[in-house]
Amino acid sequence: MTPLDDTDRHILNHLQDDLPLVANPYAEVAAELGLTEADLLARLTRLKQDRMITRFGPFFDATAMGGAFCLCAMAVPEERFDSVLIKVNAHPEVAHNYERTHHLNMWFVLATETPEGIGATADAIEQETGLTVLRFPKLQEFFIGFRVAA
Amino acid sequence: MSITVMDRQIIEALQGGLPLVPTPFAEVAARLEMDEATLIDRLAALKASGVIRRIAAAPNHYMLGMVANGMTVWDVEDTRITVLGAQIGALPFVTHCYERPRALPDWPYNLFAMVHGATRDEVSEKRAQIAAILGDACRTSDILYSTRILKKTGLRLKEST
Repeated sequence: MTPLDDTDRHILNHLQDDLPLVANPYAEVAAELGLTEADLLARLTRLKQDRMITRFGPFFDATAMGGAFCLCAMAVPEERFDSVLIKVNAHPEVAHNYERTHHLNMWFVLATETPEGIGATADAIEQETGLTVLRFPKLQEFFIGFRVAA
Repeated sequence: MSITVMDRQIIEALQGGLPLVPTPFAEVAARLEMDEATLIDRLAALKASGVIRRIAAAPNHYMLGMVANGMTVWDVEDTRITVLGAQIGALPFVTHCYERPRALPDWPYNLFAMVHGATRDEVSEKRAQIAAILGDACRTSDILYSTRILKKTGLRLKEST
């Protein structure tokens, strides 16, 4: 794996902004970065191969397509953690699930085709596990993005 | 907005990402048997309606050495959260920042800011920077480190009905 150089870092920061919708978008971005198109594409290919970038492409917002998201949390007793986890993850609506350091120790995101799907899935998980599913839908988003030290 | 069958095909074709070639839209258009201009027009419409937020790189925090991630949570005065939330969201080390409802009495926090760093000490130092910005508008706060990824999947679309 090649260590990141300053140009890689510059690319990583710059390409978290929107790629232009033109026939030769990489040429346009390369010009802004003072690189050739071939150099930019070679570096992006390497960053992807080395898994510094998990994905390069459109970020979709399922809510704009009528779907819904909701962050949920549960306090799962340690001795039941694995069996509850199997029940929670069995729902295809559970998109991400993280264990965290808190008495609310299981945090997951529900992604559903309709807003009603959130309540239905959370209720089903409560019935199956006998545990409360706290629901934290987003009320406001404050976004700017991630930057690597340049 | 309701998406068309063509939009759905475009979204499915781009879920794996945009090709890293000089004319990526032409390549995807050829795969979908449409012309490049049509594809670019549809993508522009999907962006205008918010279905596509942006076309960009998703950095792998772990591989970039940012192995500690903390969900910092704050109980911020409701009347000041919009102004302060925007300031927190603008910090370079905050990747996601949201206002969410409290769940009293268990959960008094209404501002969530995800912080990444190389170590927990670094994340903790960044938490202190957020605390300094919030000042007396924040009554109490906490930080939840992730200890395990239990599931991670991408966006999946149900088949058209």
